[in-house]
This record gives sequence, structure tokens and C-alpha cells, in this order.
Amino acid sequence: MHERQTVSLDTLRARRGDDAAGHVFFVLITSAVGLAFFMVGAVGVDVVVEAWDILTERLWDFLGSPSSADEAKSGVSQGIRGSILIAAIVILTFPVGIGAAVYLEEYADDTWLSRLIQVTVRNLAGVPSIVYGLLGLAVFVKGLDGLTGGRSVIAAGLAVAVLVLPVIIITAGEALRAVPTPLREGAYGLGATQWEVIRTQVLPAALPGILTGTVLGIARALGEAAPLLVIGAVGFYTTGNQDFFEQLRGAFTALPMNIANYARLPAETWRGHAAAASVVLLILVFLINLVAIVVRARISKRLGR
Amino acid sequence: MTMTQPAMTTDPATDAVPGANDVFTVDGLNVFYGDHHAVSEVDLTIKEREITAFIGPSGCGKSTVLRCFNRMNDLIDIARVEGTVRYHGVDLYDEAVDPVAVRRRIGMVFQKPNPFPKSIYDNVAYGPRVGGHKGNLDEIVERSLRDAGLWDEVKDRLGESALGMSGGQQQRLCIARAIAVNPDVLLMDEPCSALDPIATGVIEELMKEIKSEYTIIIVTHNMQQAARVSDRTAFFTAEIDEHSGQRRGKLVEFDDTGSIFSNPGDERTEAYVTGRFG
Repeated sequence: MHERQTVSLDTLRARRGDDAAGHVFFVLITSAVGLAFFMVGAVGVDVVVEAWDILTERLWDFLGSPSSADEAKSGVSQGIRGSILIAAIVILTFPVGIGAAVYLEEYADDTWLSRLIQVTVRNLAGVPSIVYGLLGLAVFVKGLDGLTGGRSVIAAGLAVAVLVLPVIIITAGEALRAVPTPLREGAYGLGATQWEVIRTQVLPAALPGILTGTVLGIARALGEAAPLLVIGAVGFYTTGNQDFFEQLRGAFTALPMNIANYARLPAETWRGHAAAASVVLLILVFLINLVAIVVRARISKRLGR
Repeated sequence: MTMTQPAMTTDPATDAVPGANDVFTVDGLNVFYGDHHAVSEVDLTIKEREITAFIGPSGCGKSTVLRCFNRMNDLIDIARVEGTVRYHGVDLYDEAVDPVAVRRRIGMVFQKPNPFPKSIYDNVAYGPRVGGHKGNLDEIVERSLRDAGLWDEVKDRLGESALGMSGGQQQRLCIARAIAVNPDVLLMDEPCSALDPIATGVIEELMKEIKSEYTIIIVTHNMQQAARVSDRTAFFTAEIDEHSGQRRGKLVEFDDTGSIFSNPGDERTEAYVTGRFG
């Protein structure tokens, strides 16, 4: 009926070709990862090599000087300032996005309307950024020019904020949905109100995920050039003796615009400026993200995970 | 009305006066999840300071019924409750009743230990804090942890995360957390199903100790557990609906635990408690 099996080491050895498809797949995904690393590395090396002279010879001067027609003097101080202001405006709108996510996930009933809103938010995340530029031009530059002062850094910041909001709402919503039901039930079971459950349990547990979304949002906000182009970021401008609030409503630029402007100047000698501005932008994104990542790690640790 | 009053006060502890020591009176309870009729026509009465066990096979609606006692089913959008659940005579599903106020009096311990990702101290203090308790909570925390038999094990690490405790300790912490708000009733939804036999024994001893102060209802898959700890046992079963093919929970028999296990009145109860099905 059933013969006794003889077992030796050889019977338990992997057979040749047993998992050929698995090996092929492994090679494919490893090469994909390798290619990605190579591309990033190549771009990084290329940019740093191009920027090397400026970064080594006049780094602080480059960071601290405004744009100029003089190669030896031109810098990105106005771009850094514009980018930081835009990022700050975007960060100020994050509570709106997180609040929208809390409403959609925790309060809104599951009706056709709330589903329509959810789908719309997802679609908005995929709308090309230039379209948000046009929206910003119509709403923030023309419509609300009394507030923004027209083609200003406020208008640009708000346009980019609207562009980033769907990403924030989606990632925050997913983080809220991932909060385990037993955690909510435990708090409800002790007589907590809905808001107490959200404030003391759901939001703290979702915060690491929410911060991941904000990291992505900030990175996107800093890198966008298209909406700024439509809103009217300029290459060269002077502020004269405007105070801070006048400058907020005045002419502006941002690092992606600096890069574009340097890169399209005909003389080869400006390539180094474009590359150096790119390095500055990358480091700025990295620094802002680093803050969010440190905050996230600290919260996760406090939550004991 | 007032004329019957003296009779009630002379002998409040016996069954001679119905209702005097009833905590819950359930009448014609039906629960629906959307189109699914999950529990059908349950009538039962829960007595004060007793341990009542709900037993029965999976899908028989025992947890669903338990969750009607503290309006936990409210958290499920599609859940609908019909019939009456009276708590000391008050209809829990009256429009004027706030589920939050209900849950402050009727605490719950869940199937899987679900400590908050906070310190041991903050877990126990959570209920009093959301209940509006201001000031020093040390005394409440200590007393609750002592009542839950956990104080000696954790008194030196109250500030550490509750997630670092063993499963049995976590479940006792959840019991401490529930009794910290000084509830009237404790609902326990299969509190030992994720625990090993030793931790289970500790929890069962704990239940027997605290039943002098709390009315306890426990849902359990473990018949021996019901037999060991409970005073009265309700046996539920699931019937398959002929039309929809869905399972519908029904209360088959509710009696003293001794009777249910030694002399059941219904053959389905007998089949279940003797291990012939379920």
C-alpha cells in the first residue's frame, strides 16, 4: 500500500531548476533596483561635478547673493527665500488637509456624496501641476489679488498648497483607516466621546503615517516649477527697501525657477550655476524631510512601536 | 405603586420580588447588520453581582447581544437594534440616552488584550481622565491595579509602555482600566481566548474575587470556563435561515449554571455541553 520511504541527504537537496522562474524574477528585480540606484547616482554625480567649482570656490556667496547678470556674483538667495516661504505656506495648510481626512474618515457617513468626494480627491492628486498653476492664476493672482498682491509668493504658496492637499488628504486618510479597531473600541468602552477617541488615540496612532504624507507633500511642493511659471515667478528682481510683508506680496522666485533660468541661458559658463542651485534644492528638501522623519521616529518610539 | 414598596424593601435580595436586583432586562431583542438578521427574539434578565456566562457555537450572536448592553453596536454603521434592553429599568435605547454615559457605567473587556500604546499608568488613568476626573489619579490607579491583581508586578514600572507586558498581564491591565472608572457592570467578550491556561486561571480567579462588587457578563467559547466561574449560563445557538441561508442567533436556554451543565432542559443545550456539536 504505502511503502516505507528511504530518505538520504540527496532526497532533501534542492533540485536543479526547481525554482527557475523565481531566480529569473530575482535577477530582474535586482537589476531594476540597480538601475534605479545607477540613475540616481549618475544624476547626483553629474550635478555635483558640474557644481563643484561654485560649491568649493564661493559657496556662501552663492547662497547669499541674489540673481545677477554677473556670473561671478549671481546666487540663489532669492530662490532659497522663495522656496522656504512656499514650503512654510504649504505646511500652514497641512492642518486643513488633515482635518479634511479626519472628517472624511471619522465623521462623514458612507453616502454617495462622501464617496464622490473621496474619488474626486484621488483624481485631484493626479492632475498635472500646470493646471494648478492656472487655478492659482485665476483664483489667487486675479481673484484674491487684494490678499495676495497678485503675482506674489503668497499666491504661489497657496497654489502649490492646493496642489499638495490631495496627497495630504489621501495619505492621512489611509493612516487613519489603518488605526486598529480594538484601539478605538477600547477607548469608546471606557466612555470616551468620539472626539476624545480621535484626539487621544486615533490621531496619535496615525501621526507617523500622516507625517509620511507631509514629507511627500513638502518634497513635491519644493520641486514644482510649472505652477510657479504660470503664477509668474521671475528670474531677476530687486526688493529695494520693502519690508517683509510687502515682499510677501511682491515679486518672487524659487529654487526650481533659479535652476530653469540658469539652465536656459545660452552661455555654457552658467551650467555650473544651474547645477549648484540643484544641489541647494536637493539639500533643502533633504533637511526639511529630515525634521519630519525625526519627529515621526520620536512619536513612533513614544507609542512603543 | 407605593403600596407594594414595603414588600420590596423587606426582602430585596430574593427572587420573590421580581426586578429588585435585576441589572438588565432584555425583551424581544433583535439585532440586524444591514439585511442580515443576526440575533432573533432574545429575552433574558441579568442579576446583580452575579457572573452570567453566554455560551454557544460561533455565529450564535452571543457577542452581538453582549455589545447591546453598552451600546457598542452603535459604532457599526449598519447595525440596528430592535426590542428593549432595560438597565435598572431605563431603556438603554431611549433617544435621550447618551451611549458615552452608558459606557462609563458598563465597562468592557475585549477578546484580544487591547492596551493603549501608552504607559501602564496612563492606560489605567485613561477612563477617569476622559470622564472628567481632575487632580490626583495615583490612588485610583493603585486601587484598580490592586483589584486586578497586577499591582505587585507593575508597581515599579508604571511609567513603562503597556505594550511590553505579557498577554495575560495586558488583559489584567485592561480589566484594571475598565474598573478604574468604577463601573456597575463588566462585560467580558471572550477575555481569555488569546491567553494560555495559566493566565486564564488567573483571570478566572480575579473574576470570582471582583464579583462581590461588579455584575459580570462573560462571553466564552470555553464551556469549562463557564462552568467554573458563572452563576448562570445562557446557551445560544445559530439557526440557518431557510430563505437567505444566513446564520441567525437565538437564545435556547438560560438557567443556573449547574442546571445547564447537569440537567439541561433542551436537547440542543445537552448536545452542546456534552461536546456533541459546536
